[in-house]
Amino acid sequence: MLPTPSTSHVCYDRVYEPAEDSYLLLDTLSAASETAFLQDRFNNASSTPPLVLEVGVGSGVVLAFVAANAGTIFGRHDVLTLGTDINSFACRAAAQTVRDAIQEREDGRSVFTDVVNGDLATAMRPHSVDVFIFNPPYVPAELPDLSCHDKYNKVPEGKKATSFEQDSYLLELSYAGGEDGMVVTNRMLEHIPGILSADRGVAYVLLCAQNKPEVVKQRIREWGAGWMAESVGASGKKAGWEKLVIVRIWRNAI
Amino acid sequence: MKLLTLNFLTCAIKTCKTNPASFPLHPRDAELEIVEADMNLPFLRNILPRLMWEELRGICGELGLPELPATPPTPADLVEASNAVHGSAEADEEEPSQTAKDLHRILLETCIQEGKLVCGACEHEYAVKEGVANFLLPGHLV
Repeated sequence: MLPTPSTSHVCYDRVYEPAEDSYLLLDTLSAASETAFLQDRFNNASSTPPLVLEVGVGSGVVLAFVAANAGTIFGRHDVLTLGTDINSFACRAAAQTVRDAIQEREDGRSVFTDVVNGDLATAMRPHSVDVFIFNPPYVPAELPDLSCHDKYNKVPEGKKATSFEQDSYLLELSYAGGEDGMVVTNRMLEHIPGILSADRGVAYVLLCAQNKPEVVKQRIREWGAGWMAESVGASGKKAGWEKLVIVRIWRNAI
Repeated sequence: MKLLTLNFLTCAIKTCKTNPASFPLHPRDAELEIVEADMNLPFLRNILPRLMWEELRGICGELGLPELPATPPTPADLVEASNAVHGSAEADEEEPSQTAKDLHRILLETCIQEGKLVCGACEHEYAVKEGVANFLLPGHLV
């Protein structure tokens, strides 16, 4: 078992606290079958360093785990990590989580760039991402009203702390996924072919049972020739149904 | 935010994506800070082909940093010559050259703490505050 990065500095009043879904991503990305797949794809020591992008980093626990264990996961230490989150408080917290996790290593430290405050991956240069990770807001619940985002995304002027209302809004952003819990995920899926690197890009997206993962996977396979989608991790098995699954999305050479 | 990050970002506005002028974003009114980071020589060597060198040179110029050479360094340029002759098998003993140290400083230690990033196509300005760039767009631009 690889160590879980420390997030003790993160304020969970307004940043998503690592939970079963976060840990499922850690377990899946470090499982022998997945590290074998990733090393086969990225292990060529003279190839360019893979860029790992996590969208919606929250506390940063997943990106920090990948950054700190790059050697085990990818078979190389020159891995580059970048994160985004719509919540500016999460951006700052996650950057610290990743920096600390890398710093704790005595050797084989990978390279962390930044966490930028953004809407999904809209600021990414096309086809620049090699490994994409997304733990979306997947709960079927009404989306929060984004018209107040600007106001709620910073400590109010003249105040020392965020308001309760503001914190509730910021947490809602981290879990509420609209109809079928798929509104945000669908927007992201649409952009995945455009941001993944053409030759070696791979994406990991977490879904819950209400998101209808089988339907989502089938839709991805219909993106075009070579597109693949498989479940590579699951948790909370109940009467044959997985509560959470991790879907790996990639394109085979055609 | 590190200058290396700018190598991977463009304007967030959809219609700018196909316009070559949306990359790179141009720093404006930038306050820089040097934040020390670990030297990772294999990383520097391997990232060379991924660096958009012309654009990086432009950014350094706009920030008033020392001018970068016209062409990117070769992997051999990054290692001290005296050690390089022993071959690359003993990777642990390789000493980074001054070129490597300079590149490391530009890419990973030179951070924009405050300022703006401007799209060369649509002129939209993205704010950088306390080192965090904000790419969220007002409703009418999404």
